[in-house]
Amino acid sequence: MFGNLAWPLLAAGHINDLWYALPLIVAVSMVYSATRHEAMEAILAGALRIGAWITGFMLVVFAILFAISSIL
Amino acid sequence: MAKVPASPEASTAAALPEKTEIDLKDPFLAAFLAWLVPGAGHWYQGRRHKAVLFFVWILGTFVFGLYLGEGRVVYASLRENDRRLPYLCQIGVGLPAMPALVQAARKTPLQFPFCKDFMAPPQVSQLPNDEDELDRLQKRLHRYWEFGTVYTMIAGLLNILAIYDAWGGPAFALAAPPEKRDEKDDEDDDENGKGGGG
Repeated sequence: MFGNLAWPLLAAGHINDLWYALPLIVAVSMVYSATRHEAMEAILAGALRIGAWITGFMLVVFAILFAISSIL
Repeated sequence: MAKVPASPEASTAAALPEKTEIDLKDPFLAAFLAWLVPGAGHWYQGRRHKAVLFFVWILGTFVFGLYLGEGRVVYASLRENDRRLPYLCQIGVGLPAMPALVQAARKTPLQFPFCKDFMAPPQVSQLPNDEDELDRLQKRLHRYWEFGTVYTMIAGLLNILAIYDAWGGPAFALAAPPEKRDEKDDEDDDENGKGGGG
Protein backbone atom coordinates (compact mmCIF):
# COMPACT_ATOMS: atom_id res chain seq x y z
CA MET A 1 0.00 0.00 0.00
CA PHE A 2 2.48 2.60 1.12
CA GLY A 3 5.76 1.30 -0.20
CA ASN A 4 5.97 0.70 -3.90
CA LEU A 5 2.51 1.95 -4.80
CA ALA A 6 3.10 5.41 -3.41
CA TRP A 7 5.87 6.44 -5.67
CA PRO A 8 4.29 6.05 -9.13
CA LEU A 9 1.61 8.53 -8.12
CA LEU A 10 3.95 10.99 -6.45
CA ALA A 11 6.81 10.72 -8.90
CA ALA A 12 4.60 10.78 -11.99
CA GLY A 13 3.72 14.40 -12.11
CA HIS A 14 6.28 16.20 -9.95
CA ILE A 15 3.35 17.98 -8.41
CA ASN A 16 4.02 21.45 -7.11
CA ASP A 17 4.07 21.35 -3.33
CA LEU A 18 1.41 24.03 -3.09
CA TRP A 19 -1.17 21.58 -4.50
CA TYR A 20 -0.85 19.56 -1.31
CA ALA A 21 -2.65 22.40 0.45
CA LEU A 22 -5.79 21.88 -1.62
CA PRO A 23 -7.04 18.60 -0.07
CA LEU A 24 -6.30 20.02 3.36
CA ILE A 25 -8.28 23.20 2.67
CA VAL A 26 -11.24 21.14 1.45
CA ALA A 27 -11.07 18.75 4.42
CA VAL A 28 -10.72 21.52 7.00
CA SER A 29 -13.55 23.54 5.41
CA MET A 30 -15.93 20.59 5.25
CA VAL A 31 -15.26 19.34 8.78
CA TYR A 32 -15.27 22.80 10.36
CA SER A 33 -18.48 23.73 8.58
CA ALA A 34 -20.06 20.42 9.60
CA THR A 35 -19.40 21.22 13.25
CA ARG A 36 -21.33 24.47 12.91
CA HIS A 37 -24.34 23.34 10.89
CA GLU A 38 -26.64 20.37 10.75
CA ALA A 39 -28.26 20.51 7.30
CA MET A 40 -26.20 19.37 4.34
CA GLU A 41 -27.02 22.49 2.30
CA ALA A 42 -25.82 24.73 5.12
CA ILE A 43 -22.68 22.61 5.57
CA LEU A 44 -21.76 22.88 1.90
CA ALA A 45 -22.48 26.61 1.77
CA GLY A 46 -20.43 27.15 4.93
CA ALA A 47 -17.58 25.00 3.59
CA LEU A 48 -17.48 27.05 0.41
CA ARG A 49 -17.31 30.26 2.42
CA ILE A 50 -14.60 28.99 4.78
CA GLY A 51 -12.61 27.47 1.90
CA ALA A 52 -12.69 30.78 0.03
CA TRP A 53 -11.66 32.61 3.18
CA ILE A 54 -8.69 30.29 3.84
CA THR A 55 -7.57 30.47 0.19
CA GLY A 56 -7.85 34.25 0.20
CA PHE A 57 -5.91 34.49 3.44
CA MET A 58 -3.15 32.25 2.05
CA LEU A 59 -2.97 34.31 -1.14
CA VAL A 60 -2.61 37.52 0.87
CA VAL A 61 0.19 35.98 2.96
CA PHE A 62 1.81 34.69 -0.24
CA ALA A 63 1.62 38.15 -1.82
CA ILE A 64 3.16 39.80 1.25
CA LEU A 65 5.99 37.26 1.45
CA PHE A 66 6.56 37.49 -2.31
CA ALA A 67 6.75 41.29 -2.11
CA ILE A 68 9.18 41.15 0.81
CA SER A 69 11.38 38.61 -0.94
CA SER A 70 11.38 40.74 -4.11
CA ILE A 71 12.46 43.83 -2.21
CA LEU A 72 15.19 42.16 -0.17
CA MET B 1 -31.40 11.96 26.38
CA ALA B 2 -29.79 15.27 25.60
CA LYS B 3 -31.47 17.45 23.05
CA VAL B 4 -30.20 20.70 21.63
CA PRO B 5 -32.51 23.34 20.23
CA ALA B 6 -32.75 24.35 16.64
CA SER B 7 -30.30 26.67 15.02
CA PRO B 8 -31.00 30.38 15.61
CA GLU B 9 -30.17 31.02 11.97
CA ALA B 10 -32.66 28.37 10.90
CA SER B 11 -35.45 30.72 11.86
CA THR B 12 -34.21 33.13 9.22
CA ALA B 13 -33.85 30.44 6.57
CA ALA B 14 -37.08 28.53 6.53
CA ALA B 15 -35.96 26.44 3.59
CA LEU B 16 -33.22 24.77 5.59
CA PRO B 17 -34.28 21.72 7.54
CA GLU B 18 -32.23 22.81 10.57
CA LYS B 19 -35.32 23.52 12.64
CA THR B 20 -35.58 19.99 13.92
CA GLU B 21 -34.28 19.25 17.38
CA ILE B 22 -31.16 17.12 17.46
CA ASP B 23 -31.32 14.07 19.67
CA LEU B 24 -27.79 13.56 20.99
CA LYS B 25 -28.78 10.33 22.81
CA ASP B 26 -25.94 9.64 25.30
CA PRO B 27 -23.47 12.46 24.54
CA PHE B 28 -20.56 10.84 26.38
CA LEU B 29 -20.95 7.54 24.57
CA ALA B 30 -21.31 9.44 21.29
CA ALA B 31 -18.14 11.41 22.02
CA PHE B 32 -16.25 8.22 22.85
CA LEU B 33 -17.45 6.53 19.67
CA ALA B 34 -16.57 9.66 17.68
CA TRP B 35 -13.04 9.47 19.03
CA LEU B 36 -12.76 5.72 18.41
CA VAL B 37 -13.75 5.92 14.74
CA PRO B 38 -14.39 9.29 13.07
CA GLY B 39 -18.12 9.56 12.38
CA ALA B 40 -19.13 6.61 14.58
CA GLY B 41 -20.59 8.88 17.27
CA HIS B 42 -22.77 10.67 14.76
CA TRP B 43 -23.87 7.38 13.23
CA TYR B 44 -24.96 6.24 16.71
CA GLN B 45 -26.94 9.48 17.08
CA GLY B 46 -28.64 8.89 13.74
CA ARG B 47 -26.91 11.87 12.13
CA ARG B 48 -25.91 9.70 9.21
CA HIS B 49 -24.95 12.33 6.65
CA LYS B 50 -22.54 13.95 9.09
CA ALA B 51 -21.19 10.55 10.10
CA VAL B 52 -20.32 9.78 6.49
CA LEU B 53 -18.85 13.26 6.00
CA PHE B 54 -16.58 13.00 9.04
CA PHE B 55 -15.57 9.43 8.22
CA VAL B 56 -14.63 10.25 4.64
CA TRP B 57 -12.84 13.56 5.20
CA ILE B 58 -11.08 12.85 8.49
CA LEU B 59 -10.09 9.29 7.73
CA GLY B 60 -9.27 10.24 4.14
CA THR B 61 -6.90 12.95 5.36
CA PHE B 62 -5.30 10.54 7.83
CA VAL B 63 -4.85 7.73 5.28
CA PHE B 64 -3.47 10.12 2.66
CA GLY B 65 -0.96 11.39 5.21
CA LEU B 66 0.06 7.83 6.02
CA TYR B 67 0.37 7.13 2.30
CA LEU B 68 2.66 10.10 1.81
CA GLY B 69 4.81 9.03 4.74
CA GLU B 70 4.87 5.36 3.74
CA GLY B 71 3.10 4.37 6.94
CA ARG B 72 6.01 5.55 9.09
CA VAL B 73 4.95 9.10 10.03
CA VAL B 74 2.53 7.87 12.70
CA TYR B 75 4.45 6.30 15.55
CA ALA B 76 4.55 6.61 19.31
CA SER B 77 7.83 7.29 21.02
CA LEU B 78 8.84 8.90 24.29
CA ARG B 79 12.50 7.99 23.98
CA GLU B 80 14.89 10.57 25.30
CA ASN B 81 16.30 11.42 21.90
CA ASP B 82 13.03 11.03 19.99
CA ARG B 83 9.89 12.37 21.63
CA ARG B 84 7.23 12.07 18.94
CA LEU B 85 4.93 14.90 20.02
CA PRO B 86 2.92 14.93 16.74
CA TYR B 87 1.46 11.63 17.92
CA LEU B 88 -0.49 13.56 20.56
CA CYS B 89 -2.44 15.12 17.68
CA GLN B 90 -2.52 11.97 15.54
CA ILE B 91 -4.11 9.91 18.33
CA GLY B 92 -7.14 12.18 17.93
CA VAL B 93 -8.38 9.89 15.16
CA GLY B 94 -8.62 7.04 17.68
CA LEU B 95 -8.49 3.45 16.50
CA PRO B 96 -6.68 4.08 13.19
CA ALA B 97 -3.68 5.48 15.12
CA MET B 98 -3.68 2.70 17.73
CA PRO B 99 -1.33 0.28 15.92
CA ALA B 100 1.42 2.77 16.78
CA LEU B 101 0.92 2.05 20.49
CA VAL B 102 1.08 -1.69 19.87
CA GLN B 103 4.24 -1.30 17.79
CA ALA B 104 5.83 0.93 20.42
CA ALA B 105 5.14 -1.65 23.14
CA ARG B 106 6.77 -4.47 21.18
CA LYS B 107 10.49 -5.22 21.09
CA THR B 108 10.35 -6.46 17.51
CA PRO B 109 7.70 -4.67 15.43
CA LEU B 110 4.89 -6.55 13.76
CA GLN B 111 5.35 -6.88 10.01
CA PHE B 112 2.48 -6.28 7.63
CA PRO B 113 2.37 -7.46 4.01
CA PHE B 114 1.36 -4.01 2.73
CA CYS B 115 4.01 -2.05 4.61
CA LYS B 116 7.20 -3.07 6.37
CA ASP B 117 7.45 -1.70 9.93
CA PHE B 118 4.01 -0.05 9.67
CA MET B 119 3.72 2.60 12.45
CA ALA B 120 6.79 1.18 14.18
CA PRO B 121 9.10 3.68 15.87
CA PRO B 122 12.29 3.98 13.82
CA GLN B 123 15.55 3.06 15.48
CA VAL B 124 17.50 6.00 16.81
CA SER B 125 21.13 6.05 17.69
CA GLN B 126 22.48 7.26 20.99
CA LEU B 127 25.54 8.67 19.27
CA PRO B 128 25.14 12.26 18.09
CA ASN B 129 26.74 11.93 14.63
CA ASP B 130 25.59 8.43 13.83
CA GLU B 131 23.10 8.18 10.95
CA ASP B 132 20.20 6.11 12.26
CA GLU B 133 16.96 4.78 10.75
CA LEU B 134 15.06 7.98 11.53
CA ASP B 135 17.68 10.04 9.66
CA ARG B 136 17.54 7.70 6.69
CA LEU B 137 13.73 7.79 6.62
CA GLN B 138 13.65 11.58 6.72
CA LYS B 139 16.32 11.80 4.02
CA ARG B 140 14.56 9.34 1.74
CA LEU B 141 11.04 10.70 2.17
CA HIS B 142 12.28 14.28 2.26
CA ARG B 143 9.31 16.69 2.26
CA TYR B 144 6.77 13.85 2.17
CA TRP B 145 7.79 13.09 5.75
CA GLU B 146 6.59 16.57 6.72
CA PHE B 147 3.51 16.43 4.49
CA GLY B 148 2.52 13.07 5.94
CA THR B 149 3.06 14.28 9.48
CA VAL B 150 1.01 17.43 8.92
CA TYR B 151 -1.85 15.59 7.19
CA THR B 152 -2.13 12.99 9.95
CA MET B 153 -1.87 15.63 12.69
CA ILE B 154 -4.60 17.74 11.11
CA ALA B 155 -6.81 14.66 10.76
CA GLY B 156 -6.48 14.05 14.50
CA LEU B 157 -7.20 17.68 15.34
CA LEU B 158 -10.22 17.76 13.02
CA ASN B 159 -11.61 14.72 14.79
CA ILE B 160 -11.51 16.65 18.06
CA LEU B 161 -13.93 19.12 16.48
CA ALA B 162 -16.10 16.19 15.41
CA ILE B 163 -15.97 14.74 18.95
CA TYR B 164 -17.16 18.05 20.35
CA ASP B 165 -19.96 18.12 17.78
CA ALA B 166 -21.05 14.63 18.84
CA TRP B 167 -20.99 15.64 22.49
CA GLY B 168 -22.62 19.04 22.36
CA GLY B 169 -24.27 19.38 18.97
CA PRO B 170 -23.30 21.89 16.30
CA ALA B 171 -21.99 25.29 17.35
CA PHE B 172 -23.89 27.51 14.98
CA ALA B 173 -21.92 30.25 13.36
CA LEU B 174 -24.49 33.03 13.14
CA ALA B 175 -27.09 34.33 15.51
CA ALA B 176 -30.49 35.38 14.28
CA PRO B 177 -30.91 39.10 13.54
CA PRO B 178 -32.20 41.05 16.58
CA GLU B 179 -35.66 41.76 15.13
CA LYS B 180 -36.20 38.06 14.45
CA ARG B 181 -35.10 37.20 17.95
CA ASP B 182 -37.49 39.78 19.41
CA GLU B 183 -40.37 38.27 17.42
CA LYS B 184 -39.44 34.82 18.69
CA ASP B 185 -39.26 36.09 22.28
CA ASP B 186 -42.73 37.60 21.89
CA GLU B 187 -44.06 34.32 20.56
CA ASP B 188 -42.52 32.48 23.51
CA ASP B 189 -44.05 34.99 25.95
CA ASP B 190 -47.47 34.54 24.33
CA GLU B 191 -47.19 30.77 24.63
CA ASN B 192 -46.18 31.02 28.28
CA GLY B 193 -49.06 33.41 28.93
CA LYS B 194 -51.56 30.99 27.40
CA GLY B 195 -50.21 28.18 29.52
CA GLY B 196 -50.91 30.31 32.61
CA GLY B 197 -47.39 29.68 33.90
CA GLY B 198 -46.37 33.39 33.89
